[in-house]
Amino acid sequence: MGSLGKPIILMVAMYVFLKFVLPYIPGSAPLPSSLIVLYLLLTGSGIVIFETVSKESKDAFWGPIQRFLTGEALGGLQALRYGVLIFFPLLVGWQTYGSTAVSDLPPMESRTIHPAPPGEYTGLSNPVPKTPDNIMQGKGFYAAYCSPCHGGNFDGKGPAARGFIPAPANFADPTTIAMLQESYLFWRIKKGGVGLPIEGAPWKSAMPRWEVELPDEWIWKIIMGEYDGAHQSPRTWE
Amino acid sequence: MSAIQQGVKTIQRALPAVSGQGAWLAGLLLAAGWLALPSIGIAAEGAAAGPTEYRDIPYVGSRNLVWIVAQLHLLLAGFVLGVPIFAWLCEVIAWRGGEKRYDKLAKEFTKLLTSAYSTTALFGGILLFLLVAFYPKLMNYLTDVFFPSFLLYCLLFLLETITLYLYWYGWDAMQEGNKKTLHIFLGFMLNFFALFIMIVPNAWATFQSSPVVISEGTAIERAWAATWNPTWWPINIHRLIANVVLGGYICGAYAGVRYLSVKSAEDREHYDWMGYVGNFIGVFGLLALPFAGYWLMREIYQYNQQMGITLMGGFLSWLFILQAMLIGVLFLGSNYYFWLGITYRIPGSEGKYRKAMLMMLVSLLLCLAVWMTPHSLVASIEEAQKMGGAHHPLLGVLGVMSAKMTVSNLMILITFMSFVMYWRAGKQDTAGWAAFGKAVMGAILVLASIAVVVLGVWGYFVPAIVRINYFSTSQVLIVIFVILTITPLTALLLKSAKTTTEMVWGSMPPRAGYSLVLNAVMVILLMTLMGYARSSSRVHWHVYGVMRDTSPYAYSPALGSASLIMAFCTFSFCMIVAFIFWVATMGDKYKNAAGTGKGELPHGIPAMAGGAPDKGQQG
Repeated sequence: MGSLGKPIILMVAMYVFLKFVLPYIPGSAPLPSSLIVLYLLLTGSGIVIFETVSKESKDAFWGPIQRFLTGEALGGLQALRYGVLIFFPLLVGWQTYGSTAVSDLPPMESRTIHPAPPGEYTGLSNPVPKTPDNIMQGKGFYAAYCSPCHGGNFDGKGPAARGFIPAPANFADPTTIAMLQESYLFWRIKKGGVGLPIEGAPWKSAMPRWEVELPDEWIWKIIMGEYDGAHQSPRTWE
Repeated sequence: MSAIQQGVKTIQRALPAVSGQGAWLAGLLLAAGWLALPSIGIAAEGAAAGPTEYRDIPYVGSRNLVWIVAQLHLLLAGFVLGVPIFAWLCEVIAWRGGEKRYDKLAKEFTKLLTSAYSTTALFGGILLFLLVAFYPKLMNYLTDVFFPSFLLYCLLFLLETITLYLYWYGWDAMQEGNKKTLHIFLGFMLNFFALFIMIVPNAWATFQSSPVVISEGTAIERAWAATWNPTWWPINIHRLIANVVLGGYICGAYAGVRYLSVKSAEDREHYDWMGYVGNFIGVFGLLALPFAGYWLMREIYQYNQQMGITLMGGFLSWLFILQAMLIGVLFLGSNYYFWLGITYRIPGSEGKYRKAMLMMLVSLLLCLAVWMTPHSLVASIEEAQKMGGAHHPLLGVLGVMSAKMTVSNLMILITFMSFVMYWRAGKQDTAGWAAFGKAVMGAILVLASIAVVVLGVWGYFVPAIVRINYFSTSQVLIVIFVILTITPLTALLLKSAKTTTEMVWGSMPPRAGYSLVLNAVMVILLMTLMGYARSSSRVHWHVYGVMRDTSPYAYSPALGSASLIMAFCTFSFCMIVAFIFWVATMGDKYKNAAGTGKGELPHGIPAMAGGAPDKGQQG
């Protein structure tokens, strides 16, 4: 078991780390099972690669497994072998059943957070001059219309935020509005959650359709205020 | 309906006529053909309503059929254009360096080429017929735009064919003196024409994604404007490199399969070495491929935000997670092969390099974990509630380009160092400046890695354009600088180094052969995956923003069903290549069985394009 012991311990340690340690690091959260499986697969692949890179390590790693599965005069292990040979197919069968049987649980989501915008919005540029006054005005509109959800600090933690799943976008996060062009934000603010295309299914967004209440100029000013307040810059090509 | 019934009766009459072995297969084919013919007529739009815009084929669907044939044609073309590049390079190495085994290798690759060339042309012809039959309106439009380049393509094809035949059939006749120089020149011209054969149709395909349409000017001016569209050169470069990678890995796989099946020690040595060269060429191209891919994506995004987001953030973004997995397996497989080479070909070196291998492996896996972490995670409702959405608050930062670019650069550096380690294994430095040289190389590597990581982290805090134009470019330049500095320094060190352990060829374990095959399959899967991504990014347009797809297939297939077609294309291509290899080596087996010329250059006779005559058989 010498050479097999370390890989088994490593796999268990990795699982414990991902499941019970990482979620409790400040600012973290529990990992979805899809990510845990992915990281465990990588760990397992690494173990197999390293243990089979030379003849000696391969024999030390694979030898005990081979002896367990095919060897003779194993004593008590013989019963364990039959146990494994019976248990393993049952496990696979159970997994297959579990993944295909009818369930009352909602399916796993692979939601597209940023679906592609309609063609008519892709070529737009902000027509409002980027002046301190306009930015300040934009922040004012933001405070009035957006901050209840997206937060006064642009961090997605407004007073109403806790009522929504998924949570409102955190604009201070460099992986949200900093990745997008201004015209994209214009589309999303103007059309809101109900304006999401098919690609954005299951349309989980409580964002209002602001075109009903706000003129386009205000929306452009809000966009400037958002970027400035969140200390981010829109994606540009110049 | 009556047409179908009539077809059934015809089949019933025809079946008894087919007898003997395989009659059932012939019967099935006959039945399928007869049943399909009237349906094609039914599927075509009524002629009375105007010119036919689309035709369809039952069961399979016109789009699926075109998809499969186009993908197979592209894969074959990639192989046919990639192989001559390194076949010619191998020949030049043999010519200048005098190492005959490189010449033998070049000839063996070229032998595969002749069979593959005709198969590629065959699939190209089928594709053209299918396109004209199923998409007459689109083909009319494309013909109108590109008519002059169609003629140029025909001319290039003729020149390529003539050059290839001269290059292959003249191999034995042009071995000495000036004739060899002429042969080398022919090889150069072969690659020259091959390059243009690739970039001319690339213009047609990229035009569909990023069209440049002018209504004025002559036919040539319009064709030229359409050709020089924003994504033409990015895809030319990307495909050129990808073809080298495909060619390298497929030749590696060929060597791997032969290595597993040959019996004699001499053959084992040869195919072990051939596998090494194939893997080396594949890795060499792979190092440059992410840079080219990044440039292509940048140009697409800049050309059209909608297309860029569809690919990178929209419904196609999951393809890039699959892509990361495949590239990851490719990097791991290539490094694994290098490491196996160290431990098996250089006896006694395992203990010396085991720790370094572990460090490299752990680094590769960490990079891969970052690359494979999506921005929006697949999660159940309960899991999403715990995370506060689809983004993980801590690991979400790993899901964007700054992180991906950083780890891809690091993986390239690690793989390069893996090769350097293999290169240096079994040798002892004797140069007086060896310690200083190694310290410099170590410092360069460490500083470069730190710089790449710093730029990657910094990339989160600057505007996207600064990251894209300056930081990502700097990361690439740093990696290129490392490769260009360490390679000559290592070569200089090894020039005076003493060989402590001779390389033993033919001693690799069977799993080395399997890893070569795995790498080839990964590359093919990658190409089918990205082929789907590039095509689907046009969404419901034949020509983006210019000609809308109004057929019943104007929708993007779900990723699951698309992956079935990708898998089918990969499997079919592997079968075609296996067939080509089988045909190309038939002559060798016959000669070996007859007990002649074991040590000679292999002169298989590919049945599909003819083979070079043996010197001994020439009058």
